[in-house]
Amino acid sequence: MSTPAPHPAADAPPATSAPADGCAAGTATEAAPPADAARLTVRPVGTDGLLVELGTSEGTEALHAELLRRRAAGTLPPVREIVPGARTVLLDGFAGPDAARRLAAELPGWEVPPLTGGDTAVVEIPVRYDGPDLPEVAALWGVSEDEVARIHAATAYRVAFCGFAPGFGYLTGLGERYHVPRRATPRTRVPAGAVGLAGGYTGVYPRSSPGGWQLIGTAPDTVLWDARRSPAALLSPGTRVRFVPLDGAEEAGGGRGN
Amino acid sequence: MGTEALRVVRAGALTTVQDLGRPGHAHLGVPHSGALDRAAHRLANRLIGNPETAATLETTLTGCAVRALRPVLAVVTGAPCRVTVDGRPAAWGQPVPVPAGAVLDVGAATHGVRSYVGFAGGVDAEEVLGSRATDLLSGLGPSPLRDGDTLALGAVSPRQRPAAVDAAPWPAPPRELVLPVTLGPRDDWFTPEGLRTLFTGDYRVSAASNRIGLRLEGPALARARDGELASEGMVLGAVQVPPEGRPVIFLSDHPTTGGYPVVGVVHPSALDAMAQARPGTPVRFTPAGGARSGR
Repeated sequence: MSTPAPHPAADAPPATSAPADGCAAGTATEAAPPADAARLTVRPVGTDGLLVELGTSEGTEALHAELLRRRAAGTLPPVREIVPGARTVLLDGFAGPDAARRLAAELPGWEVPPLTGGDTAVVEIPVRYDGPDLPEVAALWGVSEDEVARIHAATAYRVAFCGFAPGFGYLTGLGERYHVPRRATPRTRVPAGAVGLAGGYTGVYPRSSPGGWQLIGTAPDTVLWDARRSPAALLSPGTRVRFVPLDGAEEAGGGRGN
Repeated sequence: MGTEALRVVRAGALTTVQDLGRPGHAHLGVPHSGALDRAAHRLANRLIGNPETAATLETTLTGCAVRALRPVLAVVTGAPCRVTVDGRPAAWGQPVPVPAGAVLDVGAATHGVRSYVGFAGGVDAEEVLGSRATDLLSGLGPSPLRDGDTLALGAVSPRQRPAAVDAAPWPAPPRELVLPVTLGPRDDWFTPEGLRTLFTGDYRVSAASNRIGLRLEGPALARARDGELASEGMVLGAVQVPPEGRPVIFLSDHPTTGGYPVVGVVHPSALDAMAQARPGTPVRFTPAGGARSGR
């Protein structure tokens, strides 16, 4: 995802071969009509896997939630992995090709309720808005740096999917006008706890690593991944998240003692 | 927990602790990991009487050597190699007693890439999400072996017996990899010409291959569209095609999500052979067509 387009990860609707599709979903917006979210395409992955593709991020998260509900209720055929992506849910490791084929035939007929969002606890992540790309992001958004912090902390997020490193969640929730490109040149080292933006996502680096996200802050107190903890990952797909400003930045910088 | 039983005398090019990996956590960004040649890993455990979930050492091309700090029973499978105990030749593919103080040397692979060294009781290391496997992509699990490290072994159950076999069946490392591929999920990102290239092109295993992926040298696949995908889930055996067009086949430590299109998925029956294919090995893709080919 290195393209400098406003939403590098978002808006490439696939040329599907399934009869039900052919929709050019165009740019996926946060106000996508429900009919779009319900449209899905099922693609084979090897002999015992499926990739279900949806038109929108909301539709993808809703289908993922439905799959977890059905798995918990025991009505989903046993499957090793359920891995959401930006516009897809991967189901890998059915008992065999027949189980995968049966579900592939059944999926387009599913009634998938829209996300409610009110049913899970919210993880709060304290953030100091001191990232090196704050000026760049402020310029891209056309607001002040303090306003970037205010907007980022005022948004309600969900973990759409994880990847890149254990415990790294791609959080959705920012409006489309706040989408930003990745940095043209990735940093060779981003510190653990760095809070970044890329495309329509925000996220927190669970450990030090190379990275191309625009860094706007630091979450000094939050351990996103601890293999000795259960669960090891603080964030998993579907988790709701809020960022809480640490230093009272909204009070005109009065609390900047440290 | 086990007690210290081995000291690493020669870690070799890359020796890691491996077991059957940590499936079921891909949605958290945790790779599957685990032994690349699962059949060889399982065989080592069976020969020595361990459950197949016990951890073994996976070597890379140059083998490794360990000094026993107490009497241990060991076995070497996978890539064939010279095995010695204090310099004296010992059997490959059969349980070998290593007395306290003696050095078990697992030599350089004569064919193939990865040998598996099993010990009665299994290599003990802290479990992460139910597995002791070293994951070189995410850094989970124990670090690769270094000279001077000590390793613990698990307890041996009193009823545990090595298997009574004269010779274990073992498939030769591949002279040529023939990989059955099921097209999709993103074969529509390639032109018909590009798909023809996949099934007719002469590919070779690149020296840049590792536990994350088998990289190939050969003709590039022509794409029907530019750009990248929105990140989506990736599977073991996925044939991912980066922008320069040469396929990479995902192995145990592959990333859980990715943005390059996957043209097809190699049948799991071919994974063990890929683990043993040296750089330069010719590679051919064939349509899987539902046929289950053995190794």
